[in-house]
Amino acid sequence: MTAEQTHIKRETGKVLSRLGRKRGDLVPILQQLQQRLGYLPRRAMAEIARSLDIPEMDVYGVVTFYNQFRLTPPGRHSIRVCLGTACHMKGGYITLDAWKRRLSVNPGETTPDREFDLDTVACVGCCAMAPVTVVDDKAQGEVTPTRVDGILLPFQPEKEKEDGKDR
Amino acid sequence: MGKTGDSGPPQGGAPAFPEIKSRALARWHKLWNSGKPLILVGTATCGRAAGAVEVLQAIKEELGRQDLDCPIVEVGCMGHCYAEPIVTISKPGYPPICYGHVNEVIAGRLVREFITGDDPCLEFVLGALEENELVPSFSDFPRARFEKRIILKNCGYIDPTDIDHYLARGGYAALAKALGMPPEEIISEVKSAGLRGRGGAGFPTGEKWETCRRSPGRPKYVICNGDEGDPGAFMDRAILESDPHSVIEGMLIAGYASGARHGYIYVRAEYPLAVARVRTALRQARKLNLTGKNILGSNFSFDIRLFSGSGAFICGEETALIASIEGKPGIPRYRPPYPAVKGLNGKPTVINNVKTLACVRHIIENGAGWFAGTGSGKSKGTAVFALAGKVVSTGLAEVPMGTTLRQLIFDVGSGITGGKRFKAVQVGGPSGGCLPESALDLPIDFDSLQAAGAMMGSGGMVVLDEDDCMVELARYLTEFTQRESCGKCTLCRLGTKQMLEVLGEITAGKGRPGDIDMLIELAEDIKAGSLCGLGKTAPNPVLSTLRYFRDEYEVHLKEGRCPALMCRDLIAYYIIPERCERSCDACVGTCTVEAISTDKKRIKVIDQEKCVKCGTCLDACPPQYSAVVKLSPPDRVPA
Repeated sequence: MTAEQTHIKRETGKVLSRLGRKRGDLVPILQQLQQRLGYLPRRAMAEIARSLDIPEMDVYGVVTFYNQFRLTPPGRHSIRVCLGTACHMKGGYITLDAWKRRLSVNPGETTPDREFDLDTVACVGCCAMAPVTVVDDKAQGEVTPTRVDGILLPFQPEKEKEDGKDR
Repeated sequence: MGKTGDSGPPQGGAPAFPEIKSRALARWHKLWNSGKPLILVGTATCGRAAGAVEVLQAIKEELGRQDLDCPIVEVGCMGHCYAEPIVTISKPGYPPICYGHVNEVIAGRLVREFITGDDPCLEFVLGALEENELVPSFSDFPRARFEKRIILKNCGYIDPTDIDHYLARGGYAALAKALGMPPEEIISEVKSAGLRGRGGAGFPTGEKWETCRRSPGRPKYVICNGDEGDPGAFMDRAILESDPHSVIEGMLIAGYASGARHGYIYVRAEYPLAVARVRTALRQARKLNLTGKNILGSNFSFDIRLFSGSGAFICGEETALIASIEGKPGIPRYRPPYPAVKGLNGKPTVINNVKTLACVRHIIENGAGWFAGTGSGKSKGTAVFALAGKVVSTGLAEVPMGTTLRQLIFDVGSGITGGKRFKAVQVGGPSGGCLPESALDLPIDFDSLQAAGAMMGSGGMVVLDEDDCMVELARYLTEFTQRESCGKCTLCRLGTKQMLEVLGEITAGKGRPGDIDMLIELAEDIKAGSLCGLGKTAPNPVLSTLRYFRDEYEVHLKEGRCPALMCRDLIAYYIIPERCERSCDACVGTCTVEAISTDKKRIKVIDQEKCVKCGTCLDACPPQYSAVVKLSPPDRVPA
């Protein structure tokens, strides 16, 4: 087993031992595991199915039904553009286009350097600040195309530092 | 997420309610009468989006530099979202004064000039919390005439992470009172108060509780539906973040009345702060034996668990929500049996909206007559609305049922931004409808809105002005429901997709004659052929825009033109050469795709091939020139 696989197995075991083994615990188990791993690997889903004594298909069905769960590892930072009604009417779709151009990825994708995830979100309830983009966990209000570069700026030194370390 | 609500250790020797309350009151009075200035900073999600955390930090740093020690309290949302971040300072000798649009610089000045000095910085004042002779108070605002705060009473005034604040403001007194009443009496009280479900459908709450109480099967459940998925609605988030105990207290009373033993608070995943605040509130309530076994020494035991949603709009539908708690995909099932008869795990279950539950304590405390004294006809009490879109005072407003749309938008919301003309208001989320100017004098209640082709929904109101295209709005809302359809019913799954394609073609100028008739036909079929509320109401945005704005559809279809200049395929940006002030470079600098160049006479020209129609140049062009314009159809741009 690779280090990654061992890590997945260990974390899955931890979450399973902490939560119950009833069908009703499935969603909380998946949520906690995603919080730890950032995504839900196939191996972990199989493990959960075994532990709850339900078909793997049922776990996969739940994971793919809900928008929150992801099957691939996330990028380092998440950019989520709100597309609620207020944001849309105030130009959220234009902002989304600006993000797409800037990061050269489509919603649901991760940049090749695994720095940024681009995604959309239905509504984060900050309609008074429309259009909103949620960067990591912080909702930013009134994000117009001209603000896109400014929002990414603080991440630049962080990445350079990181790259320097790798070398 | 997890075992937050388990009944916990036995609560032997827990203090009695009067003792809990007097201790809370003592702490509360000490906070407000410490002789030092008290600072309240609103740090709900909307405040944070506007920079409240940075402001809080700036205040702390400035206090440190001035070597001052003042109590700072993080409070929730007052509903004045347009003025976030909001800071309130209560200094001895002054009324509590609320400041709006505070940034780090203003925060520093408030500390230096008002807290250290004696200048209350009137230039930043939003309003005072009580009437006084120095600054206008919120009660002097024009909107105060229409507002009546019952369930938002505590929001923005108390620390939602401190149960003592809630207790000191009269919290849990209704629970203590209810535990001394027979459950049937509580049900009849709620019934005669005329409380109807605030989630949108308006089902009488008392009847729901009674059905659950009378239905066989144990254990029974109470679920708080906090899966506020309607885009444009954020009042449930604000209540859960700002006053979570009011919802918990409502659940406890609902549980006692309906004979339930367990409760779930279902909060959507997109509201992480609400999840955290509810979790803290549950922990504190359990510690004081306000939940758990033998609550306040009575025979009533009730535990509450927090369940965080996973991002599916459909889970706001009650049977889908239940499926989701059971660990299944959130797919609705046929009703009846209703959840009050057969709900979670097949047992009788009461599902109430956040706002419905937040009303309960006020009914028990003040009586059914008091509650029914507000409101109109068959809709009693107040309604909370989230104002968003092109309205000046965006935020939350609580008004008596029966208030008109005009009062809500123009008096409470202070009208349309930028002096534009009101065009429509989108009420009730994707299931609701768009109402035009002619509907502005409608009283807002469950029945009038339904008759006008909209619905109360969760109370989101997105105000639209003359720049908003109704066809594009209908397309957007259909796209939303299409994406969120769970796929169970064919007409909802495929019909909405078909509708979306037709609408997409119309907004792209590729519509065909007969499209409107096809949309109407599809709408009727989807309504008839869908099981749950999502499908049944999915065509509402299309039907209501067709009802009131059919001419806009026709202009798109026949002339390939978007009258509101919004549909991107039907417009072009153009710089009028005569108006371009040649020495100015504002548009060139802001263009995000470098589509603007300068010609030999220094006049700016947009390269239509490169232009992505983001509108940045239009905003950048100084208003005294107004050289950038939108033209529709795009071939109006001179070659």
